[in-house]
Amino acid sequence: MNPPEAPLLAVRNLHTRFHTLDGVVNAVDGVDFEVYPGETLGLVGESGCGKSVTAFSILQLLRCPPAEIQGQVEFEGVDLLGLDKEAVRRIRGGGISMIFQEPMTSLNPVLKIGEQIAEGVRVHKKMTHRQSRRWAVEMLRMVRISSPGSRARQYPHKFSGGMRQRAMIAMALSCRPRLILADEPTTALDVTIQAQVMELMQELKKEFNTAIVLITHDLGVIAEMASRVVVMYAGKIVEEAPVREIFKDPRHPYTRGLLGSIPVIGRKAETGRRLQEIPGVVPSPMEAPPGCRFHPRCSEALALCSTQPPPVIRLTDNRCVRCWLEAGDNEKKTSDFV
Amino acid sequence: MLNYLVKRLISTIPVLIGISLLLFFMLRMLPGDPAQVLAGQMATPQEIENIRHQLGLDRPIYEQYAIYLGHLARFDLGRSARTQNPVSQEIWARLPNTLLLAVVAMGLACLLGIPAGIISALRPYSWIDYAVTMTALFGISMPVFWLGLMLVVLFSIILKWLPAGGTGGWQYVILPSVTLASFVVAFIARMTRSTMLETLSQDYTTTARSKGLTEKVIVVKHAFRNALIPIITVVGLQFGMLLGGAVLTETVFAWPGIGRLIVDSILARDYPMIQGTILVFGLLYILVNLAVDFIYAFVDPRIRYD
Ligand SMILES: Nc1ncnc2c1ncn2[C@@H]1O[C@H](COP(=O)(O)OP(=O)(O)O)[C@@H](O)[C@H]1O
Ligand SMILES: [Mg+2]
Repeated sequence: MNPPEAPLLAVRNLHTRFHTLDGVVNAVDGVDFEVYPGETLGLVGESGCGKSVTAFSILQLLRCPPAEIQGQVEFEGVDLLGLDKEAVRRIRGGGISMIFQEPMTSLNPVLKIGEQIAEGVRVHKKMTHRQSRRWAVEMLRMVRISSPGSRARQYPHKFSGGMRQRAMIAMALSCRPRLILADEPTTALDVTIQAQVMELMQELKKEFNTAIVLITHDLGVIAEMASRVVVMYAGKIVEEAPVREIFKDPRHPYTRGLLGSIPVIGRKAETGRRLQEIPGVVPSPMEAPPGCRFHPRCSEALALCSTQPPPVIRLTDNRCVRCWLEAGDNEKKTSDFV
Repeated sequence: MLNYLVKRLISTIPVLIGISLLLFFMLRMLPGDPAQVLAGQMATPQEIENIRHQLGLDRPIYEQYAIYLGHLARFDLGRSARTQNPVSQEIWARLPNTLLLAVVAMGLACLLGIPAGIISALRPYSWIDYAVTMTALFGISMPVFWLGLMLVVLFSIILKWLPAGGTGGWQYVILPSVTLASFVVAFIARMTRSTMLETLSQDYTTTARSKGLTEKVIVVKHAFRNALIPIITVVGLQFGMLLGGAVLTETVFAWPGIGRLIVDSILARDYPMIQGTILVFGLLYILVNLAVDFIYAFVDPRIRYD
């Protein structure tokens, strides 16, 4: 099912560590995934699983405490982690842009909305002040902000949460990036606004053929927007599958937990209550349990799960899962070598 | 906005009355008799009594205050007991000198303190951050008069580059304003550092970085512009410190400003002059903070006065 083309973004064996006063935090611990041009990849998991850190690591936006990022982040064939600062800066906002979770704090309160869009355009598109300002107004019009001309001259505090997030989308799209990292773009919004913003993103994505990594803990959103899903738990990817298959046949107990106990196709609408159905909480990266990190919360755990980290089992061409339940006897025997 | 300004100006009146009241009674608790000082060591009790009567000091104290307040309402600060000149005239003559010193010192302090604070915030816990912190600590703990004297020793006596005191051209302004600036530069640097550390870690700074802006634009346009409010607040508050520091600095450098006038009048127990000068300092402080409130509205679009 994967498009035959080369991936737009390939994250390989990504590790992100924070060196804090309390010790080393392994927030992202060996993550691999690919994003193909124009597709929407869903990245799901409960809060604290490392989704944001993964996204921030791609653009190297983690500043304090100093984060140590290892692995490869290949964007259009170039490893971003090997580039110098100046080259990374040109990718930010140009090739890859980002939409953040908190519309209330992500915009600069002392700069006009139009300027906040225009300044990025000037950096990447070599426009004059005047051209970039006109461009910013057009972008606001595109995200359906009414009277964009006067809105562009306003400060963020005059905008509602939904409007700020639209402005954020305008900003992210303003330089026509090939990829957008959207970190829970609607989590902080009212339900009705959420739907509008999602719809807008969907439309613009089609119009510009932008690939999106859509981070969320809401599987309902994934069902509507994404073509493939990556499920993350405690810094690791535990399952990867096309979106239809993950709803039809989730293979990891964690994914099943997220979906609710009996997955039924066509019950997408009820997906809101799933999160409560897994007992316990995500372990902090500093006290990750041995073996499979999910085993203390897993109702199907085997004896092996508490001692040996499970291998990644490739189920089909485009599906894999990190779970002992899916492993054959052979793999269980040779688990010492994993 | 104009309404607000008028309201604020009117509200300074009770504050000034409060200052005058405190000042009036505190002064009279000081040991020493102004009539005695004025009459000199050789004066007879009768002469002293006459002077006391002339100055109105023989009346009950609340009556003295009522009279004083009555004059104040007509912007009459009275006459100096020492020189017999109107107090307001002496203050007017010296005010420009003190303002010049304060403004140059504050300018110097901002010019040094703000960049130093930004640099330490950009490299927290680096050697340069520690160097700035140590220098700031040094500046905060060093007595003004001592620093002033050391500067005089070095630049006037040993190197003979700058005059040790008095007024004249720009070269007379340098030592006193550097001395005075040392008093507040440390506070400004510390405040800039801590505020910049905060604004640099805010979400909007990450947004700015995610847009591919250069580090310079991120620091100056995004982080620093948001740090301005607390920095301006500190500058306003430190202006009070500057006025206090001016008393010492002007004395050390024989600078003919209001600070030295205060010292001279205290030594002479010149009540009207002390009251007048300190009241003017109080008024200056209030006006600076009023100005700060108005600058807020220009710096932060969320702040509006109606
Ligand atoms: N700057 C940081 N310093 C230390 N730990 C962090 C930092 N940022 C995130 N973490 C930790 O990394 C883990 C993953 O966080 P995050 O990626 O924000 O989760 P989420 O999946 O909810 O986006 C969490 O346990 C969090 O505590
Ligand atoms: Mg997050």
